[in-house]
Formats: sequence, C-alpha cells, structure tokens
Amino acid sequence: MANAVAIPASHEESEVITKPVGNHAAGNSRTCDTTGLPVCLTAQLFIRLNAVLGVVALLAGGIAALLIALTRWPAVHLLDPVWYYRLTTFHGLNMLIFWILFMEVGILYFASTTLLNSRLFSKGMAWASFVMMVAGAVLVDVTILGGKADVMMTSYVPLKAHSNFYLGIILVAVGTLIGVANFFGTLYIAKRDKTYAGSVPLVVFGATAAAIIAVVTLLHGALVMIPTWLWSMDILKEVDAGWYRLVWWGLGHQSQQVNVCAMVSVWYFLATLTTGAKPLNQAVCRGAFVLYILFINLASAHHLLVDPGVGASWKIWNTSYAMYLAVLASMIHGFTVPASVETAMRKKGHNRGLFGWLAAAPWKNPGFSAFFLSLLIFGFIGGITGVTLGTQQINILAHNTLRIPGHFHSTVVGGTSLAFMGLAYYVVPLIFKREYYARGLARVQPYLFAVGIVLMSLGMSFAGSYGVPRRHWDIEFTGAQFAPGFGSGAHVMLGLMGVGAVIAFVGLLTFILLTVAAVFFGKKIENRAMTPW
Amino acid sequence: MSIHAPEANWFKPPSGAERTWIGLALAWCLVLSIMMPYWHFKGKQNSTGDSYRVTPAAFAARVEQFVKTNKVAEINGVPVVEPSPGGDAYLQGQMWRWYPALKLRVNQTYRLHISSTDLQHGFSLQPMNMNFQVLPGYDHVLTITPTMKGEYSIVCNEFCGIGHHLMTGKIIVE
Repeated sequence: MANAVAIPASHEESEVITKPVGNHAAGNSRTCDTTGLPVCLTAQLFIRLNAVLGVVALLAGGIAALLIALTRWPAVHLLDPVWYYRLTTFHGLNMLIFWILFMEVGILYFASTTLLNSRLFSKGMAWASFVMMVAGAVLVDVTILGGKADVMMTSYVPLKAHSNFYLGIILVAVGTLIGVANFFGTLYIAKRDKTYAGSVPLVVFGATAAAIIAVVTLLHGALVMIPTWLWSMDILKEVDAGWYRLVWWGLGHQSQQVNVCAMVSVWYFLATLTTGAKPLNQAVCRGAFVLYILFINLASAHHLLVDPGVGASWKIWNTSYAMYLAVLASMIHGFTVPASVETAMRKKGHNRGLFGWLAAAPWKNPGFSAFFLSLLIFGFIGGITGVTLGTQQINILAHNTLRIPGHFHSTVVGGTSLAFMGLAYYVVPLIFKREYYARGLARVQPYLFAVGIVLMSLGMSFAGSYGVPRRHWDIEFTGAQFAPGFGSGAHVMLGLMGVGAVIAFVGLLTFILLTVAAVFFGKKIENRAMTPW
Repeated sequence: MSIHAPEANWFKPPSGAERTWIGLALAWCLVLSIMMPYWHFKGKQNSTGDSYRVTPAAFAARVEQFVKTNKVAEINGVPVVEPSPGGDAYLQGQMWRWYPALKLRVNQTYRLHISSTDLQHGFSLQPMNMNFQVLPGYDHVLTITPTMKGEYSIVCNEFCGIGHHLMTGKIIVE
C-alpha cells in the first residue's frame, strides 16, 4: 500500500452527504498529509504538551518501578524500607495518575477536534488545565520525594501526609476536569457549527464515555480529597476511615474505567489506522460504551469486600446485579475489535484457514502489535483476574496480597499503557510531524514490553496466591516478633516478577528513548505522508 | 470506519456471530450474577462485615481486660490469651504488632473482635491466606471456627508506616 495508513481518502459512507465545513479560524488548521484529516493547531499544541508531560511522568514512574521491583525480588532486595515505601507511593501516582491523565486529556483534545473537524473550544481553558495539572503533579512529586508523604497512592486515613500532597492531587484533578470541560465545549461548538454530519465517529463516542466517567470520578475525588486536605491542616478534626475508603474508591476504581474507555477507543482507532478495520455494528460498539457508563461504578465495591462497616447484603448486592453488565461491555469489545480487524483483513484477500487473517496482520507495525497485545493482555489476564478477584469469597484470599497488583498491572500497564505506546507510534509522526529513528527497534519494543509485563503480572499473581502481601518491604520479617516467612514457591514467583519487571523496564526505556529522540531530533515530516510502518 | 461519522441509519440490532457472542456472554454474566448471592448462603466462608462502632480507647480497654482475664502464657514477651470456647476474643492492630497472641481450641466457634488503635491495618492469616481489613473506629467481628491444629501467623498487609513489615502476630490452635 502506497499510503502510510489504510484509510481510503474519501470514504464511502459520507459520500452521499454534502461535505461539512470545519470552524477553524483562518491559518489555525492544517490538513494531515498522511490521513487527510484536519488538525486544529491549538489542539495540536496541547496534544503535544500533554504527551510530553505524560512521557516525563512515565519515565519517573518507570525508574521507581524498576527500583521497587528489585526490592520485592528477595534475592536482590535493593532499597532500604524508607525509600521502598517512598518510591512505591511515587510510582503509583506518576504511573496511574499523571502519565495516564496527561495522555487522556491529549486524546480528548484529539478526538473532539481532528475527528470532528472542529477547533478547540478554548485555548485559555487548555492552558489553565495544563498549568494546574503540571503544578499539581510537581507539587505531589516534590512532597513525596521530600519524605513528607509516605502514604501510598491510596493515602488511607488516618495515615497523614503533608497538606501539599492532597493539594497537588486536587490541582491535578481540577486541571483534568477543566480539560474534560474543554472537550465537552468542543463537542458543543462542533455540533453547533455543523462541522460534521450525522452521529459522531465511534472513537469520539468512546472518548465521550471516558469523559463522562471522568467527571463522576473526579467529583468523587473532590468529595474525598477536600475534607482530607482540610484534615491534614488540622481544620477538620477527623475523617472516618471507612467513609474515606468508600468514597476514595469511587475515585480509585472509576478512574480505571476512564482508562478502559480511553484504551478501547484507542483500540478502535489503531485498528482503523493499521488495518483499515471498520466496526461490524456501530450500535453494538456504542451500546457497550453505554454499559460502561451506567454500571462500572459498582466495581468500586470490590475494594471493600472484606471491610467492616459495609454489611453482607451490601456486599452481595454489589458483587452481583449489574456489575456483570460492565463485564459484558468488555466481552463485547473483546469480540468486536478483533472481528473488525478480521473482516478488514479478509476483504484484502487474507482468507487462508481460520486464522490466516491474523497471521497476515501487520505484526511489524508497532501501532498494530501494541494494540493487539494490549487487547490480549487486558482481556485474558486483566479481565479474568479482575472478575475472579471481584468474587466475595475469593476476595478473602486475595485482598491486599500481590494478586491485586498482579491484576491491575495487566489491565492498566499491559492494557492501557501498551495501547498508549502504540498510539504514540502514530502521534509522533502525525502530530509532532517527526519520523522515528531505529525503526527495527520500535517494531520489537511492544513485544519486549508485553513479555515483561506478562511475566511480572503472573509472578505477582502467583506470589499473592501464596499470601505474599503487597506494599511490603520484607517478607522474611527480619527482626519481627514472629517471623512467618513464605515458602520457596513464593520466592520463585517473586523472582519471576523481578525478571519480568527488568524486561518490561527495558521495553519502557526503549519506548521513551525512541520517542524522545523522534520528537526532538527526528526527521521532519513536511508536505509528505509519514513513512509507513 | 471508527474515525469517521457512521452512515445515517447505523442503528441496527446485532446479527450473526456477533449476536451469538453477545447472547453467550450475557448468559454467562447472568450465571455469575446468580452465583454471587447463592454462594454467599451456600458457601461456608464469607465476609459478612459484621461490625460495630468503637473508639480506639474503648477498644484498647476491652483488649486489656481480655488479656488480664484470660492470659495463659507468654511468648517472646507477648501474652498468650485463651478465650473461653464459644466466647469473645480480641485482637488489637497497632503500629507495629498484633496484640495479644491467641490460643484457640479446634472445632470451637469464637467471635473474634479486631480493631486498630491507630492506622488502618490488614489482618492476613498465614499460611491459610485469609485477609480482612481492619479500621480504627470499627470493631470488625469475624465468627471463626478453627478446623485444623497448628500455629498460624498474622501478617499486616495494609501499609501502616515505616515498621509495617515488622507487624506480625500469632494464633495457636490446639
């Protein structure tokens, strides 16, 4: 194929409709030389800024990840306890909050402008959002590294951090909320100015689902973080430990569903860019996103399945009824995304046998391999472990053991982060207009990262099945009153986790070095299409 | 195409393999939904969340009373306390120990009260690997019947400060 990406220049569905016109100010947009899509230059600036900050957070969190993994590997046991707990806190916030939120705000700007042929609603709001998020993230990181917030990402009260820690989180949350509002504003002006005809594209629909859940999530965040911030300054006398957990998980778990929605949107996006895939049935795909919006909040209850303060009927109710409708949504996307790729590949003539289409897929394109590996890891490891852990009785075996991080590293790292990496292999050439160097290395990178994360997740999960606690410096219990100790099986699994973590870190570093080299020193792409992967 | 507006009449019911898959997935989700309440009543190990409000000071006083009345021995300087079969037992989580050590009789049922007098802690019984959350202000009651003799350890698996990994305890079943 001569074109870098497999999108037909004018596509069959919109031909019948008169082509809508964008609402860009003169000189504030360009047409992508590769995809033919319109790009708002204001949005482009903020997509770039958010992506850069996201990668900075990824690097910071990644270095911490390597160090804490090498501490949990008993044969290495690298850090002292102070720095182990400090960097565990640092890792959680930089990876789960900063890296992902910066990327997601960028994705929202992209989806609402380029895919709807609209300008960004407000440049001022975009600056406000960006500045608040950066200020908040820096404040949090400085407070943690200064030793004033060794409280883990969850900061369960009455464990108290310096008030700047909570303030930083509030700033990041409000900044994100302003970014989300800017997205909704853009949806509004695009609709008002009729920059597109008919319904919004599927990727925009998915991004909207993510944005709606983000609003609910961030409101929970405000509800729990503002009183906690006041408490940390001795203005409020007490924050109830049980109440905090209930509301905090309205933030903590739901934010992961923002990630899921964003990730699934990225799957659809990359499937289209890399194989020309097209959803079989728009109503099914969109319906599945609606299920996420309606039912995902219930999964927050999983974190409280062995808590006091919430009774048996609360636990039964929240583990059964509609929770599985959110699971159903993932089951649907897990079918429709590969099915759309299969249909597209078969149309191109790859019809040999049941899986000939899969063998012929563009596995050397890191945008494709990252997306497809993300789908496999998220679905088969992340999804299955998640549903298992959400069972009341199994939760007794798993609560606060390494099985929990084993689960969420396969959803949010092997799933979301890997999908975002795949996205970067297109964002850099199309939005930063720079070519990647060392393209051979880029083709290997998703596999390296995926293998590392899978080994690490499995190592954690199995070590957790032996009872090994999460967030714990020394499972030999040296110097403790009683020394329980864990058997050789647990040690083998922690070793597997360590090896996986090292491989994943090499994959992560490869990604960052390649991306930074491309963004700052890559060959410029002007008036030509990107070199196809 | 996922990145372009869909055709005008995009809303249509699922068909073919997609329809079959959604049907199967939905059926499985319904099975799981029903299993949850069913197994709560049919299964033998549940977290019922049986709990009561208690101030840390009041709970500490109950623990002290329990130790004073029922102490039978001492290991590593920690009192070993044997509650009467069928009665109440108390366990206090604090930075960084589980207090006191408990001695229980096999096949007897106890109401085990667990709470914290400072931060949140995680009660993790090893090598059985049973885990419960412990919060200050909440008296978390587990109705337990030990079915195997032996010595069991309690680990803390909720981060509670720099000495978190040193926080251990003991339950002896005879």
